[in-house]
Amino acid sequence: MTAKISYDDVEVGTELPAQAFGVTRATLVQYAGASGDFNPIHWNEKFATEVGLPDVIAHGMFTMAEAIRVVTDWAGDPGAVVEYGVRFTKPVVVPNDDTGATIEVSGKVGAKLDDNTVRVDLTAMSAGQKVLGMSRAVVRLA
Amino acid sequence: MALDQSFVGRSYPPTDPYEVGREKIREFAEAVGDANPAYTDPEAAKALGHADVIAPPTFVFAITFKAAGQVVQDPQLGLDYSRVVHGDQKFAYKRPVRAGDRLTVTSTIEAIKSMAGNDIVDIRGDVHDEAGEHVVTAWTKLVARAAEGA
Repeated sequence: MTAKISYDDVEVGTELPAQAFGVTRATLVQYAGASGDFNPIHWNEKFATEVGLPDVIAHGMFTMAEAIRVVTDWAGDPGAVVEYGVRFTKPVVVPNDDTGATIEVSGKVGAKLDDNTVRVDLTAMSAGQKVLGMSRAVVRLA
Repeated sequence: MALDQSFVGRSYPPTDPYEVGREKIREFAEAVGDANPAYTDPEAAKALGHADVIAPPTFVFAITFKAAGQVVQDPQLGLDYSRVVHGDQKFAYKRPVRAGDRLTVTSTIEAIKSMAGNDIVDIRGDVHDEAGEHVVTAWTKLVARAAEGA
């Protein structure tokens, strides 16, 4: 594991570069295939609305995969992630158009821990709503 | 209907090994739009100290969730899967998953709760490699929403 960020160079409150991730229906079909999660709420709006959803929604695990990119892109080595957890608070609603939805992710160092690790607190928003809660990663820095 | 508390602590037999392939990792990385070369280029992964390409942090969920199917579909437990949503997800990594790994998962029911008619089940999946070494543990909280009128 060789993170490119040094533990000594970060403080509580250090902000990680924020990123925005687009997601369209095509993205969800591709993610369904790659992950093996073919639940129709992620691609079939008739089914989604029948079970009470506003429209097709993104896989929670897709959103979780995007949010950690703020950490792995910052740390350089994705293998430096020691822990990662989220709560799925609101769905990312993906309309059937060319634009789809956007997931905006920001992160900052919430605590400096032992063994050169830090806790990063992540915020993930879509359409003005917080889509992940308690979203935290522990990453080992150089 | 509240689930049987006696299932708390129950472990299911380890799964057959899942062999992690380079191209499956590439497919997953492309699906999440992540161009990090550690996922696709063995040389880039080696430069970071890994034996082969590594998988994105959430890749292993596909394996642990499939294993959790033993719990979800256990007729004795009686979880209504048609009403299940994913509540929380957490991973703790001993090391990253990498190409060539042959991984087995042991699923354990950690907790069963009932809140406002919802059944909540916490499942832990312990993932080991072929040598029996611990690789990662996944915690999955599933919430079976109360049926209408229940």
